[in-house]
Amino acid sequence: MNYKWHWEIFFQQVPSGETTYFGWLMLGLKWTVTLSLTAWVIALIVGSLVGVLRTVPNKWLSGLATAYVEVFRNIPLLVQLFIWYFVLPELLPKSWGDGFKQMNPLAQQYITALICLGLFTAARVAEQVRAGIGSLARGQKNAGLAVGLTLPQTYRYVLLPMAYRIIVPPLTSEFLNIFKNSAVATTIGFIELSRQAQQLVDFTAQPYESFIAVTLLYLLINVIIMLIMRWVEGRTRIPGFIGSK
Amino acid sequence: MYDFDWSSIPGALPILWGGLKTTLEITGTAIVVGIAWGTVLALMRLSSIKVLSYFAASYVNLFRSIPLVMVILWFYLIVPQLIQAAFGTASGDIRMRSALTAFALFESAYYAEIMRAGIQSVSRGQVSAASALGLTYGQSMWLIILPQAFRNMVPLLLTQAIILFQDTSLVYVIGLADFFGSAYKVGDRDGRIVELLLFAGLVYFAVCYGTSWLVKRLQKRIAV
Repeated sequence: MNYKWHWEIFFQQVPSGETTYFGWLMLGLKWTVTLSLTAWVIALIVGSLVGVLRTVPNKWLSGLATAYVEVFRNIPLLVQLFIWYFVLPELLPKSWGDGFKQMNPLAQQYITALICLGLFTAARVAEQVRAGIGSLARGQKNAGLAVGLTLPQTYRYVLLPMAYRIIVPPLTSEFLNIFKNSAVATTIGFIELSRQAQQLVDFTAQPYESFIAVTLLYLLINVIIMLIMRWVEGRTRIPGFIGSK
Repeated sequence: MYDFDWSSIPGALPILWGGLKTTLEITGTAIVVGIAWGTVLALMRLSSIKVLSYFAASYVNLFRSIPLVMVILWFYLIVPQLIQAAFGTASGDIRMRSALTAFALFESAYYAEIMRAGIQSVSRGQVSAASALGLTYGQSMWLIILPQAFRNMVPLLLTQAIILFQDTSLVYVIGLADFFGSAYKVGDRDGRIVELLLFAGLVYFAVCYGTSWLVKRLQKRIAV
């Protein structure tokens, strides 16, 4: 192997001259983080709703929530992304579909990836929320109802506050996953980190530097999230449970 | 409203079947290599030899921190150069070989974690009983611990296989025509992307949903 290393490549200007290749990397990092965090918000909201619905006594509602989880878990993320990107605009009323296609490409890619990743991760979050609620003693729900709370109030004030604290560790791994899964958005041309890795290879012909830099950035994201979540886990531990101090 | 036209699918079935075979080949290879190498990694990680456990821990953590897309791209960069270095020429189906290598090594990290949990799920008394009978470390692992660990973990190993089956669609990033890639190509060729993508989604759903239903039943049967 006689590969010539050129780490200084990152300080060179890109062809359009507006930034350096390092700037491209940072742009990719910015979009990876933005996409993952915003999609996580959707995942938490939709996932909590679906997860709660799976545990309610109403058969129709819990069946609907189960169907949601099964559909989103059994189709590959890439296929889902392409369906959102290529299929949905065709099926929408014509004016909406055309309106979407006329948006600037970056906005189109971001919105598609956001919805796709958010709803995909929501199915996983829903499973954790359901498991969290299921792990609580039956008496908790009955006690809530017995003191005169309605079912929604029981969820709001008794079950969910406990369930969320129990499921912080598995949610941490889903949170890490959403950053990794955001790389799939490269397939529709969204300029997140792994797209920038490929762009750098195309423009600089220095594949190893580009890939190493991007890989290190992913590792950095991972380490930062683990540190944050370790702190969160410490703060939310429930006294008296296994794993608490 | 969109006019559906499913007529290009019947004629495309041979192409789609060819793609599915690629998908299954990658999935199958990654399962076999992944479980074998993953078990070795799990044993290394649990070993008292520091160098080995450190190596296994780094291997597993590294692969589990990087997006699969990047892993596939990495191997598509490295494997052809290794083949060239070893055989002088980089001929043959480089994409397929890169994908096979990437998935086998990537999945090993995940299988290693499952097998580690499986080995740890076997009670300590079993190890003591094995050494009391005079079995060596290797014998007690091979004859006593691993069979039980494997049995305990069958549902998880299968669930991971379903995830892997879905993940193989990502070979799209190196332009390899697996089931999804073939469906996309046919859709692109015939101007019928909508139908082909929905069809692909339906097939993935049927396979994965059916398999996970079987896994659930199996889990009930083998539950101790």
